[in-house]
Amino acid sequence: MAYAADAHGHDDHKPNFVNRWLFSTNHKDIGTLYIIFSLFAALVGVGLSFLMRLELQSPGLQIFADGQMWNAYVSAHGLIMVFFVIMPALIGGFGNWFVPIMIGAPDMAFPRLNNISFWLLVPAFLLLGGSLFVGGGAGAGWTIYPPLSDSTYQPGPAMDMALFALHLAGASSILGAANFITTIFNMRAPGMTLHKMPLFVWSMLVTAFLLLLAVPVLGGAITMLITDRNFGTAFFDPAGGGDPVLFQHLFWFFGHPEVYIMILPAFGIVSHVISTFSRKPVFGYLGMAYAMVAIGVVGFVVWAHHMYTSGIDVDTRAYFMAATMVIAVPTGIKIFSWIATMWGGSIKMDTPMLFSVGFIFLFTVGGVTGVVLANAGITQILHNTYYVVAHFHYVLSLGAVFGIYAGIYYWIGKMSGRQYPERLGKIHFWLTFVGVNLTFFPMHFLGNQGMPRRYPDYPDAMTGWNMVASVGSYIAIASFLFFFYVMWVTLRRGEQAAPNYWGEGATTLEWQVSSPPPFHTFDELPRIR
Amino acid sequence: MRIERPDPAILARKNKRLAVASFGFVAFMVGVSFAAVPLYDLFCRVTGFGGTPMIGQAAPAAPGEATITVRFNANTQPNLPWQFAAETRAMTLRVGEEGLAFYTARNTADRPVTGISTYNVTPEIVGRYFHKTACFCFEEQTLEPGQRADMPLTFWVDPRIAEDPATRDIRTITVNYTFFRSLHDAERAGALANAGPHVGPQGGARTTTTR
Repeated sequence: MAYAADAHGHDDHKPNFVNRWLFSTNHKDIGTLYIIFSLFAALVGVGLSFLMRLELQSPGLQIFADGQMWNAYVSAHGLIMVFFVIMPALIGGFGNWFVPIMIGAPDMAFPRLNNISFWLLVPAFLLLGGSLFVGGGAGAGWTIYPPLSDSTYQPGPAMDMALFALHLAGASSILGAANFITTIFNMRAPGMTLHKMPLFVWSMLVTAFLLLLAVPVLGGAITMLITDRNFGTAFFDPAGGGDPVLFQHLFWFFGHPEVYIMILPAFGIVSHVISTFSRKPVFGYLGMAYAMVAIGVVGFVVWAHHMYTSGIDVDTRAYFMAATMVIAVPTGIKIFSWIATMWGGSIKMDTPMLFSVGFIFLFTVGGVTGVVLANAGITQILHNTYYVVAHFHYVLSLGAVFGIYAGIYYWIGKMSGRQYPERLGKIHFWLTFVGVNLTFFPMHFLGNQGMPRRYPDYPDAMTGWNMVASVGSYIAIASFLFFFYVMWVTLRRGEQAAPNYWGEGATTLEWQVSSPPPFHTFDELPRIR
Repeated sequence: MRIERPDPAILARKNKRLAVASFGFVAFMVGVSFAAVPLYDLFCRVTGFGGTPMIGQAAPAAPGEATITVRFNANTQPNLPWQFAAETRAMTLRVGEEGLAFYTARNTADRPVTGISTYNVTPEIVGRYFHKTACFCFEEQTLEPGQRADMPLTFWVDPRIAEDPATRDIRTITVNYTFFRSLHDAERAGALANAGPHVGPQGGARTTTTR
């Protein structure tokens, strides 16, 4: 935190430490808090995945006592990565930092609400982390399906702690989403029309709407789960007239938009980076913006493709299959537009650009396996195998995370006032790229061989690729630690960054203010061209 | 020319309006997710989705030509101390003809036990053509200690099953029941006090198994 405090060497008035960092209402400070929180949570989430890969490195049980303990760790890994790493970094972190600046607003619409959003996450994270150490932990997967998550199979308070953590994290997201929507609709500087808004702001707007629609449904579903567990209701219990499949419908009505919530802000960041480092405006701006809107809209009518094996009938599956494949169209528009932006540009392969190009490649791989999995027939076989694990890690662990890295390298000079060392950034990229691909590509093969998710053990025949995946994960984890070293070097010894250190390709408003920006930006209105 | 920011008071009012609308929308979505509980049930009962049979309509006066075999299947949840089985294994009847079949259940516990069953038919697509006119599954059933009871159901298969291209190949329908111990009964028996609601084989055996 110290870096931000002494990096703001401007003459504007700043509150003292407690007021500034605990009661912060400044969008940049809250953004910084979110990013630090996310990196800390990522250490925990990555630590859990390290234990998982240690266990899976060879057949048999090595370090986990039993399946419940394994499930508890897997569930915590998933929930932490989704709710406490990717969302805080992309939405709370970069969103808070750059949405107000990019639209020429002095701050978010509701600065104090913004503070609550952040501080709700901290107890949520502590509850979820704590649930690992209470009883047998909460081992129902990140999807928390009953009956596995009900009081028969997850007795004790661990599951309730995890559910309450989700409630808090959900409340935090909803407050944040309302804040973003209000800010983007009401606080734009004169001349900043919706159709002139930078794509990152567009991505945050769509994300905020998705949050507002999806998260309350998760809230409803887990409230029912909590009352089923503790107060004798039977929403999901057939003995009392309930239906466990209803939970799956509710969960995935939230869960599918949730994956777009995680990836859309990364789309926004990548658009900016690609345009900056190709020194061209983004190709097909309106198409890019409305492709995100289309992804958001269609994302709400495809949820049952997660439930092909739950017994839904063949016509329903046919519909969800077709609707799912339709999403490949706007996604394809985005991929092609990024490539067209690069086409004929004067490309400079600095670290943010490397991560963005890496993002395009890896997201496309994940998208292709997504289209494979969209087929109801194929999914009868691949459902809950490592093929699915490979698919969603390609789009999230590689896609969204590469988006976060691209954002950090792109904006670290702006946020901290100090530029990262290019050489170290490139080493970090290549270590990460090799590591994550070695980790997750073999999982396609394991899935095709029929290795199921959520088991700590497997037949001897699958040892080879599991070993490769584990070695890959060690490289990826080493690269993550190396990233902390790069950040340390940046903040301690990084060069002073100019206001627009990327040059003429960077055109959005954050490049018109100093690096780091003054504590209060745009008290005077910026000129929108 | 200098462009002025809008009046802060007006902006604050506009912001507040939009925020209230956003939170109203959130409240609406929470409401919708709870409304999904009865709506989901209603949807299944109206459309026969997931093999939910139709209830209450009387059989037509004249049966059709096609014949269909109906098989009867029985399941019991482990915490219900009953022996529950189909007395009638299978029967063949014409479409539109009303059939009568029996299940039998015996309470093996030393106290009265109340159960309730869920039901559906497979293939699931025939739910909308399978009508039940009377069934033991419509209500809770209570058996005294050691009591054995026959449980009847009357049903008929809609003749349109032979015309619908999606179902005209179907020759066999399986009627399925799963008997659960009713929640109230589990509560009375003390299962709730021992190990949470509706838990474990016969009253709280799971209290020792935390994993």
